[in-house]
Amino acid sequence: MTDLAITVFHALHIELGARMVPFAGYDMPVQYTRGVMQEHNWTREKAGLFDVSHMGQVIVRPKSGNLADAALALEALVPVDLLSLAEGRQRYALFTTPEGGISDDLMVTNRGDHLFVVVNAACKDADIAHMQAHLGATCDVIPVTDRALLALQGPGAEAAFDAIAPGAAAMRFMDVATFTVGGVDLWVSRSGYSGEDGYEISVPNAGAVALARQLIASPEVEFIGLGARDSLRLEAGLCLYGNDIDTTTSPVEANLLWAMQKARRAGGARAGGFPGAARILHEIAHGAARLRVGLLPEGRAPMRAGTALYAAETGGEAVGSVTSGAFGPTIGAPMSMGYVETDFSAIGTRLWGDVRGKRMPVSVAAMPFHPARYKR
Amino acid sequence: MKYTEEHEWLRVEGDLVVVGITEHAAEQLGDIVFVELPEEGTTVSKDDEVVVIESVKAASDILAPLDGEIVEVNSVLADNPALVNEDAIGDGWFFKMKIEDMSALDDMMDEAAYKAFIG
Repeated sequence: MTDLAITVFHALHIELGARMVPFAGYDMPVQYTRGVMQEHNWTREKAGLFDVSHMGQVIVRPKSGNLADAALALEALVPVDLLSLAEGRQRYALFTTPEGGISDDLMVTNRGDHLFVVVNAACKDADIAHMQAHLGATCDVIPVTDRALLALQGPGAEAAFDAIAPGAAAMRFMDVATFTVGGVDLWVSRSGYSGEDGYEISVPNAGAVALARQLIASPEVEFIGLGARDSLRLEAGLCLYGNDIDTTTSPVEANLLWAMQKARRAGGARAGGFPGAARILHEIAHGAARLRVGLLPEGRAPMRAGTALYAAETGGEAVGSVTSGAFGPTIGAPMSMGYVETDFSAIGTRLWGDVRGKRMPVSVAAMPFHPARYKR
Repeated sequence: MKYTEEHEWLRVEGDLVVVGITEHAAEQLGDIVFVELPEEGTTVSKDDEVVVIESVKAASDILAPLDGEIVEVNSVLADNPALVNEDAIGDGWFFKMKIEDMSALDDMMDEAAYKAFIG
């Protein structure tokens, strides 16, 4: 096994009593001294600070100097309208495969003279190679290796961050802006992955620990580990790449149609033209054989990833399976998401999940399980 | 109090043995969100899976520490599994069992040995 990489906050995590685990090749904090449940609740009630520096930050700069060239080049890899992405705005996107699966999900920001892309840690090497191979003729694809990434999430995030970066409170959901704090430039988006309002902050490594210490000096802000990050995103109905979406799931199956704007669909100005377009556009028109759904078990036992789902209490073939499952501290109940055959995907459909050899009732449910509180 | 290498504690209470998990185990498991207990009256053999604990991280099996019969379970845990975190060696007990040979406890670790075992 190769040595784990560390982020610039590693020593600070240890100092704060974090329990460290290997995650996507990095030694990362799964929890601090409060524990996962209290960290989850802290984020919903106050403000949680997450080290997400393991994620990949990439600049895509058009050689022509014309940003539309970069937007159009990247559109060849994603089923997303990037040409209409205004300066100072961010949008969710998906890299699709020639078979119509998903090879990663990402955030794309228009920063004026370049696009700024944030990708998942486990996929970043492949994503960078993918972009360099396909965009290299028109764009410089530059991995950003001298910056850390923090997410500040929760109802207390706005006040805590605006005190450090005056003006941040005026940003709306998915706005991006640059703030100079303590002599360093922070690339900030009003976004996150917890279902709460908040910010993602790209900070130069040299100033990163000082910024984190400044944030946690607020009595409202505490570092939160990957354990609570997972239960927060699941309550918010958000996909975890590698669990809920992967190269075998199409964007239509994954119920991510909202991420595919009209311009890229049949009849749109730039319809198709992304990997897997034939399958994906066909599924938009005719439906997919299975769909990602929310699932609420009736008892208290969580139904975890891999749990087979059946249409009846006994007999029959599986009609789906769970891809993420955990206990939701805010909803006070277990929750899951997974894929089921489309005939069984209507909200309220009662299914049975095989938990340790016993079939337990579970209902298809609307997501998010806990309503999002973005500042739109 | 006696201890097993599976991080269970056993306390003799009259002719019964009360079984739970240690504070060390509860801390390692993290916040416990679900406990599945056996039926009262079940006859078990040593190392049978008798309890399932779900924490925020994963599911874990608790094994029967000895041969015997489960005579009482802590049904409060069904609605309040967090008791295991709050009071692992007290109110967070799992079950009481009747065992045939009390002397089997003699071979188990005492507190000093368990502390050495977990380092």
